[in-house]
Amino acid sequence: MMPDLGRYAVEVTSAYLVSLGLLVALALWYVARGRRVRRDLDAFEQKRGKNG
Amino acid sequence: MSSLWEYANPLKFMRTTDWLLPIVAVAAVVVTTTGLIWGFFFTPDDFRQGSTVKIVFLHVPAALMAINAWLMMLVASLVWLIRRHHVSALAARAAAPVGAVMTVIGLITGAVWGQPMWGTWWAWDPRLTSFLILFLFYLGYIAMWSAIDDPDTGADLTAVLCLVGSVFAVLSRYAANFWNQGLHQGASLSVAPGTRMDWAYKAPLYTCMVGFGLIFLALVLTGTRTEIRARRMKALAARERMA
Repeated sequence: MMPDLGRYAVEVTSAYLVSLGLLVALALWYVARGRRVRRDLDAFEQKRGKNG
Repeated sequence: MSSLWEYANPLKFMRTTDWLLPIVAVAAVVVTTTGLIWGFFFTPDDFRQGSTVKIVFLHVPAALMAINAWLMMLVASLVWLIRRHHVSALAARAAAPVGAVMTVIGLITGAVWGQPMWGTWWAWDPRLTSFLILFLFYLGYIAMWSAIDDPDTGADLTAVLCLVGSVFAVLSRYAANFWNQGLHQGASLSVAPGTRMDWAYKAPLYTCMVGFGLIFLALVLTGTRTEIRARRMKALAARERMA
């Protein structure tokens, strides 16, 4: 299934792996930060509600 | 038809992105995966570049988004400066890390392609240099937002930085035309007659460009939602301290 990349196999494969790694890491960071801030805001609003 | 300015209301923005974001995110994954699989597995080697031509499916979309992200930040910053809509300032803030990562991908894939093709990882060529400066502007922009505690002051100062950095965003796009020298070639795609790229490469490249655009949109929407929540929490905490 893997195409024959010839003498540039290392360059092409590493370009794809590094780029995809960066994109996935960026997406995970955005999602994780979003969840953390949402959880913190919910907890804060709940606490404020209880305190009146 | 509803006005675009309605989305300057954080509540309206959150409600709309509640249903829009999942659609954009799924489309981003599907289109990008399709484009990259198409480009990596199903395109022939170039007669001069060999298999390194496959790097173009990462390099061109990433470089395009690096520049377009800054231009989107410029528009959002102008909206903030002129109309003082918080959502636009927060959207600009959310776009910066995405633009920075796109710039890094553009620089890395360019270097990896340049080593076998040009015989060097890096050259102080006008386009490469202006692109590197654009990356430094991204870092400065992100650092400035983090360094300033007051969100309105942060938005004002980063908007000014964004205006200045726009010069390099434009330069990195047109440097090859302005100076007409250096290693980096002109545009890979052109609407002018006699364009140089065959459709065997153009079709997956266009797919990847759309995919990267959707990735950018999905992440900016996600980031803006987070910034709106973070700003609300900060405002509530400040109100509580005052009480």
